[in-house]
Amino acid sequence: MKKFGSLLATTMLASVLATGAYAKTLVYCSEGSPEGFDPGLYTSGTTFDASSKTVYNRLVEFKIGTTETQPGLAESYEVSEDGTEYTFHLRPGVKFHSTDFFTPSRDLNADDVIFSFERQMDAENPYNSYVEGASWEYFNAMSMPDLIESIDKVDDMTVKFKLKRAEAPFLANLAMDFASIMSKEYADKLVEAGSESDLNQKPVGTGPFQFVAYQPDAVIRYKANPDYWAGKEAIDDLVFAITTDASVRQQKLTVGECHVMPYPNPADIQALKDDDSIEVMQQEGLNIGYLAYNATIAPFDKVEVRKALNMAINKKAILDAVYQGAGEIAKNPIPPTMWSYNDSIEDDPYDPEAAKKMLEDAGVSNLSMKIWAMPVQRPYNPNARRMAELMQEDFAKIGVTVEIVSYEWGEYLEKSKAVDRDGAVLIGWTGDNGDPDNFLAVRLGCDAVGGSNHAQWCNKEFNDLIMKAKTGTQEERTKLYEQAQVVFKREAPWATIAHSVVYMPMSNKVSGYKMDPLGGHWFTGVDISE
Amino acid sequence: MLRFLLQKLGLLIPTFIGVSIIAFAFIRLLPGDPITLLAGERGVSAERYEQLQATYGFDKPIVVQYFDYLGNILQGDFGTSIVTKRPVLEEFMTLFPATLELSICAIILATAIGIPAGIFAAVRRGSFFDQSIMGVALVGYSMPIFWWGLLLIILFSGILQWTPVSGRISLLYFFQPVTGFMLIDSLLSGQAGAFKSAVSHLILPTVVLATIPLAVIARQTRSAMLEVLSEDYVRTARSKGLAPMRVIGLHALRNALIPVVTTIGLQVGVLLAGAILTETIFSWPGIGKWMVDSVFKRDYSVVQGGLLLIAGMIMLVNLVVDLVYGLINPRIRR
Repeated sequence: MKKFGSLLATTMLASVLATGAYAKTLVYCSEGSPEGFDPGLYTSGTTFDASSKTVYNRLVEFKIGTTETQPGLAESYEVSEDGTEYTFHLRPGVKFHSTDFFTPSRDLNADDVIFSFERQMDAENPYNSYVEGASWEYFNAMSMPDLIESIDKVDDMTVKFKLKRAEAPFLANLAMDFASIMSKEYADKLVEAGSESDLNQKPVGTGPFQFVAYQPDAVIRYKANPDYWAGKEAIDDLVFAITTDASVRQQKLTVGECHVMPYPNPADIQALKDDDSIEVMQQEGLNIGYLAYNATIAPFDKVEVRKALNMAINKKAILDAVYQGAGEIAKNPIPPTMWSYNDSIEDDPYDPEAAKKMLEDAGVSNLSMKIWAMPVQRPYNPNARRMAELMQEDFAKIGVTVEIVSYEWGEYLEKSKAVDRDGAVLIGWTGDNGDPDNFLAVRLGCDAVGGSNHAQWCNKEFNDLIMKAKTGTQEERTKLYEQAQVVFKREAPWATIAHSVVYMPMSNKVSGYKMDPLGGHWFTGVDISE
Repeated sequence: MLRFLLQKLGLLIPTFIGVSIIAFAFIRLLPGDPITLLAGERGVSAERYEQLQATYGFDKPIVVQYFDYLGNILQGDFGTSIVTKRPVLEEFMTLFPATLELSICAIILATAIGIPAGIFAAVRRGSFFDQSIMGVALVGYSMPIFWWGLLLIILFSGILQWTPVSGRISLLYFFQPVTGFMLIDSLLSGQAGAFKSAVSHLILPTVVLATIPLAVIARQTRSAMLEVLSEDYVRTARSKGLAPMRVIGLHALRNALIPVVTTIGLQVGVLLAGAILTETIFSWPGIGKWMVDSVFKRDYSVVQGGLLLIAGMIMLVNLVVDLVYGLINPRIRR
C-alpha cells in the first residue's frame, strides 16, 4: 500500500511538473489598471483590453488588424430593406466560462443578448444602476438610446433589433466593447446572492480567455477558455502585469519579465529596435491631430484665409519636432487605415510665399489670431504647446501674429466647443468603431456644431453626403465618403496635421500578434515559443 | 494619564473637521470636473451633463454636498469612486497594506543606518568621515526620487540583473492575499521561494523610499548628539572615567534620541509623499499612485475620502507618538 502511495505521489508530481513545463504563459506589461470588468460602465482602452477583449465576445466582431466587422456570437444576420431592422442568428453551442465562482447550466441564448443591452437602456433592469454612478457612457455616446426602438427575442437563438431610423454604422457599433455579451444566468445568480457588484469584479463571458484573479494595481490573471467556440488559444495562461511607467515597462521587456508592452517612450524606440531579442511592430493609429479654425468668425469664414494658413504650416518640421518621427502627415480627416480613405487627394503644399499672396488677395492684412494649445499629451498629439509654437513661427513668416492660449484640460474641452470661440484650436480624435461616420459626422457634421465639431463648420454639400452615407452597402458608402473628403479638402475647415504612429515592442518569442488599428490589445491567435 | 489621553482625543475632532473641509474643498478648487474629463474630446450634451451631475449629486448646493459627505463618513461610508464605481474604503483597504509594508521597511532601513551614521559623525566631528557622511546625506536629501529609482532599476535590474524590475512578487507565485502584507502572505502561502521573491522585490523600492528619511535622520541624530555631548552630565560621566562607548551609548544617546524620535514620527508624512513616486516607478500597488491618479481624473469621492483616510492614519500615528512621549516623559503630560 505504501509502495502504491509513493508511486501515486511520484506520478502526480511528474504530471504537475509536466503541465508546469508545458503551460505556456504570456505576460503583457499593461499600462494601467482596469477600472472594472463590465465594459459597459467604462470608456478607457485599458479597461477594454482587460475585459471585453479577453473575457467577452460580441454579436459581430472586428476582424483583428482591420476596421472591418465579421460574425461573432451571431453566426449570421439580415438587415431589412429600409435598414431599420437587424435580425441576428446566434451561434449554437457557445459556452460561458466555467470558473470556481460560476458553472453555467446552459449555452448562450437570446436572453443573454437582450440582458446585455437592456441593462444599459432600461432603468427598470436590476443591473441598470447596480454600481453607484453607473451611467453607461459609451452606450449613450453612440446615441444608442435615440437609435434603438426595441430588442426582441424571436426565438431562443434569434434576436431582432428595431431601429428608429436607418444607421449603417450600427453594425460597427455592435462590435464595440460596450456591446459585449454577458451571461444572464450568472447575473441572475448574483441577484439571488445579493452580490450584483461581482458582475463588475468577477467577469464571466464567452471569450477566448477566462478570468482567474485580479490584484488591484498589480496583476490580472486569465487562463485560456478550454471550450472556446473558435478553438482553444495556443497559450495557456495570460497575465497582465500592470506597469504604469513606460521606462520601467521597457526594462521589464528587456530582461524578460514580460513579453509584450504597449506605449513605449518615443525616445526609446530606436534602442528597442536595436535589441536583437525584441521585435517592434508599428502601425498608424486610428486618429488625427488637427487645428480647427472657427469657420463662423471673420476672417476665418473665408476659405482662402483657411487655405492660406494651411499652406503656411511646415508639417514636416512638426512631425520631426513634436512626433519625433512617430507620426505620418495627415491630408484627410480620416486615417489611412480606415476604409474609404481617399488617397487620390493632394495635400495643400507647404508654400509660405503663395500663402502670403493668397492672404493679400483675400484682402486680409495684419492678421492676429489665437491658437489654443491643450495642456496634456494625447495619443494624436504628444506636445500641443510645442506644435503651437512651431505654427506661431510659421504664421509669422506670412505676417500673421499668433497668441498661444491654454487652459486646464477639462476647461479647455468645455470652452473650445463654444460657437463664438476666439481662435483656432489644436485638438484631435481617436476612432471608436472604425466607421468613417465616427470621424466625419462626429467631428464635422452640422449636428455637431457647438459640440464636437470644433471648426463650427456646417457645409451643406458635405453634410448631405455624410447623411446619405448613413445607409447603403459599404461600396455605396465608400463612394460618398470619398466625395466628402474632396469637399473637406477644398473647404479646409481644419489644418490636418498628423496621424500618430503606434509602436508595439514584443519579445521575438511571440508570434501571431496583430496590431489593432482601433487601438486595442488582443491576445487571440498569439503564441509564444520556449 | 486618562486626562491627557482625553485631551489628545478631543483635539482630534477639530483636526478631523479641518481636514475634511480641506479635502472636500481642495479638489473642487481645481478647474475641470470629472464629467468633462471622462467625456474627453467627445464632449457631453448640456442635457446629459445635467443628468450626470444629478447622478453624482453635484447638482446640490455645495454646503449640502459637504454635509452629505460628512454625514456619510460618520456612518463609515467613504463614498464610491466616480471612475471605478467601487467603494473608496474598499479600494483603500486593498491598497493600503502595500504602502504600509513598504513604508515600514523604509523607515526600518532609514533608522538602522541613519542613527549609527549620525552618531558616528557626531563623535568624529569635523573628521573626514563626518564630512563624507554629511555630504552623502545632503545628496540623499536632495535626490530626485524618480531619477534615482530609474537609475537603480537600470543598474541593478537591467545591467546586473540582481533584482527584479518592479512589482511585489514574481508572477510565478499566485495566492490570494490574507493580510495584504506580501512578506507575511508569501510565508503563509507555503510556496517555496515565494518569501525570497517578495524580499527581492522589496529591496530597490525600500532603498529609494528610505533615501530621504535616512538623510534627515542621520543629520538630526548628528546635531542632537553634538548638543548632548557638550552637556554637563556627559562631561561629568566622562570625568568619572567611564568608557567612551558607555558615555555615548548610555548617557548621550538616550537623551539625543528624543528629538530623533520626533523626526522619525514626522517622516511618516514624508514617506507617504515619497511613496507616490516610488510606487509609480516600481509599479507598487499602493495608495500613493491611487491618490495621484484620482486627482488627475478629478475623482472627487476618492480624493476627499482617501485624503481623510490618510490624514486619519497620520493623526493616529501622531497620537501614538504623543502617548509614548507622555509615558517616557511625565513632564509632557502636564
